[in-house]
Amino acid sequence: MKDKTKKLLNKKGLRLDGRKLDELRSVKLKVGVLPNADGSAYIEHGKNKILAGAFGPREMHPKHLQRADRMVLRCRYHMAPFSVPERKSPAPSRRENELSKVIRDSLLPSLFVENYPRTGVDLYIEVLQADGGTRCASITAASLALADAGLPMRDIVVACAAGKVNGKIALDLMDTEDKVGDADVPVAYMPNLNAITLLQMDGKLSTKEFEEAVKMAIEGCKKISDIQKEALKTKYKVIKQEEVEE
Amino acid sequence: MSSLLTRVKLKQIEQSIEAGKRLDQRGLSDFREFTIEQGVIEKAEGSAKVFLGKTEILVGVKIETGKPFPDTPDNGVLTVNAELVPLASAKFEPGPPGEQAIELARIVDRGIRESGAIDTAKLCIESGKKVFVAFVDIYVLNHDGNLIDAAALAAVSALINAKMPNYEIVDDKIVIKQGYTPLPMKDHPVTVTIGKINDKLIVDPGLEEEDVMDSRLSIAFTDDGNICAVQKGGAGYFTVEQTIEATKLAQSTVESLRKKLKW
Repeated sequence: MKDKTKKLLNKKGLRLDGRKLDELRSVKLKVGVLPNADGSAYIEHGKNKILAGAFGPREMHPKHLQRADRMVLRCRYHMAPFSVPERKSPAPSRRENELSKVIRDSLLPSLFVENYPRTGVDLYIEVLQADGGTRCASITAASLALADAGLPMRDIVVACAAGKVNGKIALDLMDTEDKVGDADVPVAYMPNLNAITLLQMDGKLSTKEFEEAVKMAIEGCKKISDIQKEALKTKYKVIKQEEVEE
Repeated sequence: MSSLLTRVKLKQIEQSIEAGKRLDQRGLSDFREFTIEQGVIEKAEGSAKVFLGKTEILVGVKIETGKPFPDTPDNGVLTVNAELVPLASAKFEPGPPGEQAIELARIVDRGIRESGAIDTAKLCIESGKKVFVAFVDIYVLNHDGNLIDAAALAAVSALINAKMPNYEIVDDKIVIKQGYTPLPMKDHPVTVTIGKINDKLIVDPGLEEEDVMDSRLSIAFTDDGNICAVQKGGAGYFTVEQTIEATKLAQSTVESLRKKLKW
C-alpha cells in the first residue's frame, strides 16, 4: 500500500513545491498550436505538458458509428512512453481507456451535438509529460481545442482537482501528493452553468471533507477558466493585428 | 436518448418521476430488492452471484501466486476485470473489453482498493518476490440496469467468500498445504448509484431509466461511513447542490445494502 507517512506539509503548512493549501500550480495555455487540426490547444499545468487536437465536425467513419440525429464525439487520451519516470508502453492501458471515456463525458454537456447530425469530431489528447492531474489539464486544453475548432458551445469546460494531504484539504495535487496523499477529487466544471461534468474520487474522505474538496476544486476551476478565456482571445487578437498590418 | 422507442418512453418516465413514482412503482429513492448467493462456483477460491431486479452478475475470485509490484514489494495484488458477456444483452458484442466494461471494472476496483478492503500485507509470501494475487472477474449475465452497484456488491461478497490456500516454504519453494484460510478483509465497501433525469435524482436506475437518464453518480462508502470512491458518468452534468444531495441520498441508502453482506 501507499506510504502514508511521508510529510507533504512543512511546519509553515506549505507544500513540497512551496504552495499554500489553496494555491494552484502555474497554468499556461496556448490555442491554435497544431496547423493540421481544426482546433488545438497546449497546456502546461505545473509540470504537466499536454497537447489536444480536434478534427471535425467531419463525416463520421466508420459509417455504422454515425448517428442520424446527432454528432458523435470520439476522444482518445494517450500518454507518451517518455511522459512518466518508467517507460509506459505505448499501447492504451485500461486507465487511458477509462480516462478517454470520462473526458468525453465531461465535454459532451458543453456541445450542441444535435446540430451536427451524421458527423463526428475526433479529439486526440497526448500527454507529453505527466505530473499528477493530467485528466483535469487534458479537459481544460481539450475544451479549448473544441472552441478553437469553431464549435458553438454552451460553455468552456474547465477542470481542476482538490484532495487531501496530511489530513488537510488541498487544491490541485501534483504527482507525489496524489500518490502519497489521502484522497484525490478531480472536478470538471462549466462556470456559467454551475454544472459539474466530471466528478471522480479515490482515497478516503468524510462526506463533509468531500463537499469541501468539491467546492475548493470549483474555486480552482474558476481561476483556470479566466486563463482559458484569455488564451482563446489571445489567438484571435494576434490574427486581427496581422490583418491590420496587411 | 438513442432510439425512437426510448424517446416515447422518456416522456412516460419523466411524467412518472415528476409525480414521484417510477414506472416499476418504486419511489425515487428506493433501491430494488436484491439477493446475494455466495460460493456458487466450486472451482473458484471465492464467488458470488447478485440478482438486482433482473440484473444478474456473477463474480469469481481466483487466488494465485505471482510477483508483487516493484513499488509495493510487501503487498499482495488485486486485479479486477469485467466482461459484458454477449448473452447478457443485445447491446453487448463479443471481443476484448470496451470502454463500458473497463469503466465498470475500474469503478469496482477503486471501491475495493481505496477502502483497503483486502489486507494486502497478509498476502505477502516473500517480500519483493512472491505474493498472492487476487483476480476478481466480473461476469455480467443479464443486463437490467445498474451494473455498477450490482457488480460492486457481487465483488465484495465474492471476496468475503474467498479462501487463500495454506502454504509453507521448503527450501525456498512454496509448497501448497491442505486446507484454506479466509482472505483477510478489513473493510466492506458498498457503492450506490444515483441517476439524474430532468433534474430529478433517482436511486438505482433500471435499464430503461439508464437509457433516458442524462448522467449518473456512483459513490462508494466504507464501513465507517466515509467515501472511498466516486465516479460521474453519462453525457450530462450535476450542479454542486445536486452533487451534495446525491451524496446524502446514497449515504442514506448504503446501510440497508451493507446489512445484506454477510461476514
